[in-house]
Amino acid sequence: MTNSSKEKKARSSLVGVVFLALLALGLPFLFPEPYHRHILIMILIWGTMGTAWNLLGGYAGQVSFGHAAFFGLGAYAAGLLDFHLKISPWWGMILGPVLAAVVAIPIGLISFRLRGPYFALATLALGEIFRLIFNNWVSFTNAARGILIMPAFTDKLIYYFIALAMLAVSLLTVYLLVNSKMGYYFVAIREDQDAAEALGIPTSRYKIYALLPSAFLTGLVGAFYMNYVAFIDPHVVFSLSDISVMVILVVMMGGVATIWGPPVGAAVYIALNEIFRARLGPANVLAFGLLVCLVILFLPNGIIGEISHWRRFFRGRKVATISGD
Amino acid sequence: MSFFEVKKIVKNFGGLTAVNNLSFTVEKGEIFGLIGPNGSGKTTVFNLITSYYPLTSGAIYFKGQRIDGLPTHRIAALGIGRTFQVVKPLRRMTVLENVMVGAFLHTNNRAQAQKKALEVLDFCGLAHRKDAQARSLTIADRKRLEIARALATEPELLLLDETAAGLNPKETEEAIEIIRKIRDSGVTIIIVEHVMKVMMGLSDRILAINFGSEIAQGTPAEVANHPEVIKAYLGEQYAKGH
Repeated sequence: MTNSSKEKKARSSLVGVVFLALLALGLPFLFPEPYHRHILIMILIWGTMGTAWNLLGGYAGQVSFGHAAFFGLGAYAAGLLDFHLKISPWWGMILGPVLAAVVAIPIGLISFRLRGPYFALATLALGEIFRLIFNNWVSFTNAARGILIMPAFTDKLIYYFIALAMLAVSLLTVYLLVNSKMGYYFVAIREDQDAAEALGIPTSRYKIYALLPSAFLTGLVGAFYMNYVAFIDPHVVFSLSDISVMVILVVMMGGVATIWGPPVGAAVYIALNEIFRARLGPANVLAFGLLVCLVILFLPNGIIGEISHWRRFFRGRKVATISGD
Repeated sequence: MSFFEVKKIVKNFGGLTAVNNLSFTVEKGEIFGLIGPNGSGKTTVFNLITSYYPLTSGAIYFKGQRIDGLPTHRIAALGIGRTFQVVKPLRRMTVLENVMVGAFLHTNNRAQAQKKALEVLDFCGLAHRKDAQARSLTIADRKRLEIARALATEPELLLLDETAAGLNPKETEEAIEIIRKIRDSGVTIIIVEHVMKVMMGLSDRILAINFGSEIAQGTPAEVANHPEVIKAYLGEQYAKGH
């Protein structure tokens, strides 16, 4: 590409982002009904969670099955501040992510000794350990009785803008990291850890560098979740299937290792979840499962991933491609 | 103090001795060859030098510093680059991005890494494929990419593992050319090969091994005519008849 066409491309991307931002700012006013705003907020929540997971799982290739640990920690950080100390749970939006990041360090040091599926299993186990701890330590966490707080606002509008800010911060963080030396190193580790080592990359250290912001942002969303839905229990916020696995599915559907994949995946997930629940009742889980199978079979790169794949295919037709594997 | 020294290294995998008491030195600026039949331990030697496996015993020195026991990425940062026998392209990155990963060893700035990467790609004759996905390259180009990526880390010592394997005669000639260019630019090279022509043409000195042990060491002519070497490669009868 010539320099001027690169500039044009960058400028049109910027225009696109500005347009999206304006749209996002205006959306809640187009949908004033609380139910609709709730849907939008849930999309923003899952978009942020997916973006956070994508940094570690998509770009760095360390597929975590235990991110509920960070989400739940964030949620409980906020909830327990109120429950035990009568401090506003909004402070949890600082304590939660910090706690999640701090806890992530020993989790990483343990799990990153393992690769691939073994790493996934280790994170799964660690996530479950957190759920069990929080479900049994009654005196500290109130266990299955859960944590109930007084929501700060009745109008969902403020929650929407906080969630939007969270998503924007997450997207910006991932964008900056991915285009920096760290981002290149993450992808190198994903593609071939041994080759990465031979190129001078301290892979263990960089895996932690990917984990920390991922855990931090997930903890942030968890704390926000506590403040927004006002009731949590271990079964919900430390859930393997509804949080840990679901975030993986959301990112896969949208497009692993893309910036816009997770938000798109979140939108699809939430929208479909609502439609299926309304039409199919309890069978919505089955329908969702089938959808995921279809995506894996026919859209392996996710929605965004497939779009860029086909764009590259059509643009690069002249270049011969000989794939060896 | 020699530039690079391997001293009495031994590697046992359980009951199997893969590398048996090897010693050699490499002088700055030379091309040192390591030959041996399949399974003789050549790639294991590279893996020991770069710390993929710990030594069972012995020591390895680079510019006077003992490097065995250091982590792999540290050894790379000290100036030892390597290619892999079975090439390891970073498949879902472009050729340029692959080499940039190497270039990032000495800079934190993306523009600088890109500039360095483009220079290296030019040097290796891969500039025309810079935006291609690594997984779409032919085997010859993948081998070139492997070398370019290692070169981008600005090594003083480059370990080349079977860079000519699987190439047709023209591609082999091109590979030999690049290796010569690399040496001429000031990089010391240890080359593992078992394509004789490449080895003999390029190396200043050669170590021949079999079953992990040394069988001959010297100039290409000395090693090629050594009866043990002939026996290892071509069998007893040739050795007797020679």
